[in-house]
Amino acid sequence: MFATIQLRNPLVAVVLFAFFGSAISSSAWAQNADSPESTTWSSLKGDVFGQKFIEPANGIVSIEAPKRAEDAAIVPIDLHFKTDAASGRIKTVTLIVDENPSPVAAVFRFGVDAGVTHLATRLRVNAYSYVRAIAETEDGKLRMTETFVKASGGCSAPAMKNSDEALANLGKMKLRVFSSKSSGMEPMTRATEMQLMIRHPNNSGLQMDQVTRYYIPAHFIQGLIVSQGNRLIMSMEGGISISEDPNFRFEFDAKPGEDVKVEASDTEGKKFQDEWPLASSSL
Amino acid sequence: MSHATRRNILKTGIFFACCGVPHTRAALAWSMSADPLPVKQVADGVFAFAGAPAMMTRQNEGEICNVGFIIGDDSVAVIDSGGSVVEGKALIGAIRAKTDRPVRYLINTHMHPDHLFGNAAFKSSGATVVGHHNLPRALESRGTYYLQSYREAMGDDLMADIRIVPPTKLITDEEDLDIGNRKLTLRAWKAAHTDNDLSVFDHKTGVLFTGDLCFIDHLPTIDGSLLGWIAQLDILNGIKAKFAVPGHGAVPSPWPQALEAERRYFDVLASDIRRAIADGVPMTNAVKSAAQRERANWKLFDEYNQRNAIAAFAELEWE
Repeated sequence: MFATIQLRNPLVAVVLFAFFGSAISSSAWAQNADSPESTTWSSLKGDVFGQKFIEPANGIVSIEAPKRAEDAAIVPIDLHFKTDAASGRIKTVTLIVDENPSPVAAVFRFGVDAGVTHLATRLRVNAYSYVRAIAETEDGKLRMTETFVKASGGCSAPAMKNSDEALANLGKMKLRVFSSKSSGMEPMTRATEMQLMIRHPNNSGLQMDQVTRYYIPAHFIQGLIVSQGNRLIMSMEGGISISEDPNFRFEFDAKPGEDVKVEASDTEGKKFQDEWPLASSSL
Repeated sequence: MSHATRRNILKTGIFFACCGVPHTRAALAWSMSADPLPVKQVADGVFAFAGAPAMMTRQNEGEICNVGFIIGDDSVAVIDSGGSVVEGKALIGAIRAKTDRPVRYLINTHMHPDHLFGNAAFKSSGATVVGHHNLPRALESRGTYYLQSYREAMGDDLMADIRIVPPTKLITDEEDLDIGNRKLTLRAWKAAHTDNDLSVFDHKTGVLFTGDLCFIDHLPTIDGSLLGWIAQLDILNGIKAKFAVPGHGAVPSPWPQALEAERRYFDVLASDIRRAIADGVPMTNAVKSAAQRERANWKLFDEYNQRNAIAAFAELEWE
């Protein structure tokens, strides 16, 4: 029942506005189900990008997310990048969930010759919200694309499912390399797809310690650097909108034979790092 | 209010028809407007109400899960309070129709709103709220969100009285409660349906209240650990109960046969997701096809299967 409720008439929209408005100072004014206007973004934009003009992405960056967040704690997001000679390469991508308590989910910075074409991660989405990606290209311009995600139904919440497990394995990392599906290409010229997984509660700090009655400070992965040999593939400054056990799947131009190195740091100052050899055979 | 009218017509009628027990004066005095929830006697002194396999809505007043109570010589233990204060009051009405003994314990089987949004109805009863040791933490991180996110489906009227009332008596492993010549064993489980599942076993009749560790008919929802749930099914299966009151599904249900359907679903889901992970299929694609062959076997499959698949994927890719 809940899943099928949509913004079919102004009355429902008013009720929704009252609901979100009470929790969040400004809110998306729902004009219709698929493309509500975002008043939240109007006020958020200046805080993140100042007065700088943001133009439509026009395919330079594209975003895919489920229309409805099945699980509010784990909403898969796919970003694809396609640069041209005029724009130059993408230097950074900022990922924003308008209606979350901490809207800036992450800022990704890409290495000069990393050639990242695809990046998938998982987000917490607390309410009906736009999820947007803003790319800064070499020509100095900002280009934005966005998609609207409806909140999940049922008892799904943007919180940890198994808190004890998340803490018990804190900082453990896993890297997977996916073999290229297209055969017959030279290993040196094809992109490699990888998935980086980090065990971390990435928690919001919105929960209270039962003994002390103080709020537990937010504890999340703040910084992440992925490199191969001496060159940067990408770095990330993250926040609490990235799901627990942060997960990044990405394609980049790999150099066979050089190790992939990952360094992560969290808000408690803990550092995690790991290295994996990248044999030519795995490319 | 329309729900009172509806309940008067539908439920009181059914209640009288099946149980033949009229309101007592005490019940009417204590809970003025609450028409009793149509509970069924499942064993001597054990009563339960079977919730509808549906999402919580304004129309069903959140009455979607099974709730019940056990009457001892001295007092009553209530197992879950339901999905609204209206339901909680109706449950109190049902208790008062059977006994005037005080409600000493309100046991919450886990954190989900359909099981504990009725807690506030028990405030004046003086009952001690009992839960898994992880339940307060779970409610701290979800309570406010639950109160906001159910407003759309449940409506302002129902939500107005609902409060998050955490347990004050916490169960860490296994503990017995005595309600007067009647021993109840409460067991706190490791992460399964949630990370705060609690079961209640009545030694006198051999009835096991499983909470949402057992789903029948209604698709199970995974909000804890699929692997933990699968691993503990054998332990659960080994409990020598005569029959069960599952969290969702028929009241009572044969035991341990009640576990068979969910065990099969978990196996199908886990094997589909494991194969996708091994093949390098991204989460977004994998969750669309996983366990689809189980679709005809469950109610609310489309509402919950994809979410279960996401949870399973995020968990199993660490294997």
